[in-house]
Amino acid sequence: METAEKTLDEILTLAAAHFKVAREKLSPDEDFFKALGIDSLQTLDLLTKLENHFRVELPDYELQGVTDFRTLAAKIQARL
Amino acid sequence: MKQFQGQTLSWDLKDGIIELALHREPLNEISSLTLGELEQFVAALDGLGGEAHALILHSTLKSGFCAGADLRELYQWIREYGQVEVATHAREYLERIHSVMNALDSSPLTTIAAVHGVTFGGGFELALTCDLLVADKMARFCFPELRLGLIPGYGGIPRLKRDLGNAVVRDLLLTGRSFNATKAQQIGLVSQVVGEGEALRAARATATQMAKFDRTTAAAAKRFIKPIPHEELRREIDIFCELISRPAVEAGLKKFVESTDAQPYLP
Repeated sequence: METAEKTLDEILTLAAAHFKVAREKLSPDEDFFKALGIDSLQTLDLLTKLENHFRVELPDYELQGVTDFRTLAAKIQARL
Repeated sequence: MKQFQGQTLSWDLKDGIIELALHREPLNEISSLTLGELEQFVAALDGLGGEAHALILHSTLKSGFCAGADLRELYQWIREYGQVEVATHAREYLERIHSVMNALDSSPLTTIAAVHGVTFGGGFELALTCDLLVADKMARFCFPELRLGLIPGYGGIPRLKRDLGNAVVRDLLLTGRSFNATKAQQIGLVSQVVGEGEALRAARATATQMAKFDRTTAAAAKRFIKPIPHEELRREIDIFCELISRPAVEAGLKKFVESTDAQPYLP
């Protein structure tokens, strides 16, 4: 069982690598749309990456209104 | 015509395999122009079929296979024809696109959709006409139509129900959620999940394998196992045309077309 902090850290690392952003520039409470410079289609890409990595299924309606990495991590953690 | 280069798609016949490539920016939205070129393809298919054993559908765009109907064009129709007249126009359009989809679905060739990224709405419906789906692990599938006050109109519900069953259709349709390639394979929709950028290569390998089989036998097997759900397809057109005249549809389309929301593709 992954801890919430480890899940958050892995999300930040994955997002940084996928969107080619320096990992150290991303912080947990940051708006990921702005931090990563992504639109809705790229958000779906990120969702797919995370689902594949954590081997979970996260319905995209659960992401409605989610904008920061910490809340995203909590959504994933709840399905691990 | 063994080769064609259109504004929205192209095709090429080589070594018994026809490859139909979608290439309309930004995400292969299916417009009147796309439909016209799909009709040209279907008309050419009879002539090509004698030299081919397989057909592969794919997209050359990095963002995905196809985002579905061109919603800007649909919104324009409602504004141009009005909420009542648009139903007549929509019915004519749907009759044409169903004709294309049915021709692809019942083609004697073995057909493969090689999909990646966004495979939504009408794009998902196009993929569902194929005998096999090969998916990049980054592919996502969705029927987002309910958020616009509509149902899928290109034959998606009857085809998905035929292939998978009613419960899966209800889940996708009534939640509007998208799911990934792994889930699609788990429920039996996708036959192969491959690495990023590998779907077309895997589809070509599969199509090459099919060349080993007698064409008459393969076509007979397909006819036997893959009936066209004509009655439900007719009903789908009726329901779509009943729904499209409601003000809620115009409002939903307006919201999408004019959206500056960062998440318009999320339900």
